[in-house]
Amino acid sequence: MIEIKNLNKYYGKFHVLKNLDLNLEKGEIVALMGPNGSGKTTLMKSILGLVIPDKGEIKVNQISVKNNSSYRKIIGYMPQIANYPENLKVSELFKLIRDIRGGDDSPDKELIADFRIEEIYNKNFGQLSGGYKQRVTAAIAFMHKPSLLILDEPTSSLDPLSSEIMKSKILKEKKESNLIFVSSHIASEVELIADRIIYMLEGKIILNTLIKNIKNGATEFKLGKALKDLIDMKIKEKND
Amino acid sequence: MKKNSLKILKKYFCFICLLSALCILGFNFASAKIITVCSDCEIKTIKEALALSLDGDVIVIKEGYYKENNLLVDKSIKITGENKVVIDLEFVNQGFVIKKENVTVSNLEIRNINVNYIQDLSAIRVEYTRGCTIENNKIYNSFFAVYLAESKDCIIRNNIIKGDAKSESSSGNGIHLWNCSNILIEKNETSGHRDGIYLEFLKNSKLNGNYSHNNLRYGMHFMFSDSNAYTKNVFRENGAGVAVMYTKYTEMRENRFEDNWGPASYGILMKDISNSIIMRNTFYKNTTAVYLEGSDMLQITANNFIENGWAMKILGNSLNNTIISNNFEGNTFDVSSNSTRNENVYQWNYWDKYEGYDMNKDDIGDVSYRPVSLYSMLIEKIPESIILLRSLITDILDVTEKVLPVFIPETLVDNSPRMIKYKYD
Amino acid sequence: MIKKIFKYVVFELIRSRIVWAYAVFLLLSTLGLFYLGQNSSKTVISILNIILFIIPLVSIIFGTIHLYNSKEFIEFLLTQPVDRKTVYWSEYFGLACVFSFVFTICTGIPVLIFNFSFTSIYLITSGIILTFVFISLAFLSSVINNDKVKGIGLSIILWLYFAIIFDGLIMSVFYLFRDYPLEKIIIFLTSLNPVDLSRVMVILQTDVSAMMGFSGATIQNYMGSFTGKVYAFAILILWILIPSYISYKIFSRKNF
Repeated sequence: MIEIKNLNKYYGKFHVLKNLDLNLEKGEIVALMGPNGSGKTTLMKSILGLVIPDKGEIKVNQISVKNNSSYRKIIGYMPQIANYPENLKVSELFKLIRDIRGGDDSPDKELIADFRIEEIYNKNFGQLSGGYKQRVTAAIAFMHKPSLLILDEPTSSLDPLSSEIMKSKILKEKKESNLIFVSSHIASEVELIADRIIYMLEGKIILNTLIKNIKNGATEFKLGKALKDLIDMKIKEKND
Repeated sequence: MKKNSLKILKKYFCFICLLSALCILGFNFASAKIITVCSDCEIKTIKEALALSLDGDVIVIKEGYYKENNLLVDKSIKITGENKVVIDLEFVNQGFVIKKENVTVSNLEIRNINVNYIQDLSAIRVEYTRGCTIENNKIYNSFFAVYLAESKDCIIRNNIIKGDAKSESSSGNGIHLWNCSNILIEKNETSGHRDGIYLEFLKNSKLNGNYSHNNLRYGMHFMFSDSNAYTKNVFRENGAGVAVMYTKYTEMRENRFEDNWGPASYGILMKDISNSIIMRNTFYKNTTAVYLEGSDMLQITANNFIENGWAMKILGNSLNNTIISNNFEGNTFDVSSNSTRNENVYQWNYWDKYEGYDMNKDDIGDVSYRPVSLYSMLIEKIPESIILLRSLITDILDVTEKVLPVFIPETLVDNSPRMIKYKYD
Repeated sequence: MIKKIFKYVVFELIRSRIVWAYAVFLLLSTLGLFYLGQNSSKTVISILNIILFIIPLVSIIFGTIHLYNSKEFIEFLLTQPVDRKTVYWSEYFGLACVFSFVFTICTGIPVLIFNFSFTSIYLITSGIILTFVFISLAFLSSVINNDKVKGIGLSIILWLYFAIIFDGLIMSVFYLFRDYPLEKIIIFLTSLNPVDLSRVMVILQTDVSAMMGFSGATIQNYMGSFTGKVYAFAILILWILIPSYISYKIFSRKNF
């Protein structure tokens, strides 16, 4: 579903993405991990077209993302920080998305129910609390039943309740035909929802594997610990 | 006997008196005749009538259209028209040329005076004489209309003078006086000439209630004309307004200078004027209302300066003038000067731009007012900077100068600015 | 597609308190000036001062702030299946149209009611043009600065430059070259500043132009003629197009 070849991105002198290759197939929940500044957000933004690569190619569903916007029809995106116009109502925001993407005008009852946003549906976005803002953002990402979901730290700024809502919604959306691409810091969360894990370090992917392969059938398992060991090993290999 | 002879003497005296009275009357009837001119009359042309007339005669021209010119008047006669008398000069020569004292020309309409670059051809010309009266005439399409040279004790009254001036060089003046004295010019209307009223070497004369408008150059222009009084005249929409030069002892009261608007227009331009009074006039919408160059000892008092570009432009060579109790309202610039020195007095004027206060409620502001702005001085130095008119930088400049005066002449200040407007007119 | 997003940008703006404050300010000052001044054609000139001072200031500063506040929203829109061109021009026309509309309603219509004249029409036209010009400049300064403080700073400097500093420079040029004929240079110099150009065009329509004297007469001859007006109008349109197009080009290659 996503094919990335030899992707390079510089911010000034700073080489953010280094010769990055990646293929992601549908039917998986892929977790993107790595320390701050490792290029996670830049990678996601490159797929979304927000960041324009200096070199390399990105294809989504066989369509190159360069100078193209129609490929985003199948993408639902949830940014880390959501900040929509303060004076637009939540309902108007939903309408705006529908206007852009086409589709009917009636509110998606299931979606509103899933994210529990009935009571704020007619409020201005500026009046919402942080948790609700994030839930609205998530709802918008899920609104058009996207087959590619890109979620940038979806639970980092959520309260525990919203966080749970989010996680269950992600699991609910996991289908054969969908790819869900999530960046996260929280190993336990990743362990719970993801099928595959990609680990980035200094603009490179140093680990790309199914979680079940790391688990290796172990019953008592801590992903965080396992990851640390793995990555230490990789770095050592590289240095040698 | 004594009584009788006295009686006879008395009777004789009475008889003599009666006889002489009759004689005088009879003589008068015989000599002071009325000559009537009309197309059906015995005398058909004005020229004939003039030839036949003697001192004291009256020529009455009946209604009609007369194509005549070069009408020399060398007798003391009255020439008057009945109803509508049109004398068409057909652009040949001039109209009446008066060379005798005590001539009256009235109720005529004179048209089509030729433009001539050598001679000042005019509708009515008065030369080297006295006691003329030119009254109630209409003069249309004139080169010069009423022209007086070396004459005195004349009255020019109630004439309507309308020219068709196209360019300054090919046009003459409405009322043109040269070297005259004791003339009364009253209630005339002049328009469409080079200068509406032109006076040179005129003395001891009065101009009242004239209306001079839409002339190419000046509504009124005078030079070397001392001791005249100008009252209640209106000068409107003249190309360059009113210009007066080289003159002393002039009084101008209650005149209106209006709408003289153009790149080089003035309400009144004064050059070398001294010892004169300018009082109770109204200057409304002139590019420059009053322009003073080399003018001294003027009393500029109780005038209204309203909505002019510059209310007063005073060049540095104008000294000892007093500008007192005037209203300055809605002018873009109140006072401007090319000099950093000031030798004139400003007092008790009302300035609408004044922002001071009056704590003791005596209607006089407690802080003095500086009517010259730095920007207006800059324009005097560099005329091109007018392009910055109404831009923010000029306001900033003026405010800075107000706070820290450096360039504005220190003595150009009204120390007792009036808080409320005077009610004149 | 531009229409769809434009609609929501307009929705957002007309509910914004700053836009309302701007509207109230314009309306009150316009009516106030007409109420205080007895002579309505003089009042039009006072309104010109507001237009030349306030419109550029509010347009560029509020425009810049709005763009920074909309950063995440614009970013979000760009993740939708719309191209950058659409997003950019929707935002641009949204802002410029709302501000022009507010100006037309609150200043333009009262001016036309109190003083229906050519001057007034010029005045309103230049108000609208200046709104567009300074919104373009707001886009430029926000698109080349990722940092909000820097962007607003640049906007303030741009405004100061066009409103004051430029004229100060002109003044110095006049002073330095006062012995040379400057009329032609003036026409060239005013073209470099949309505020000056609008001011001169409006003033040439009023009778104040007579005060410009002989050097003004040259300017009047050129700028007051039909060709001059077309020239001025074209230059003003360029002042809208060039900054907005440059910032569009930067916007379309920008990393968010």
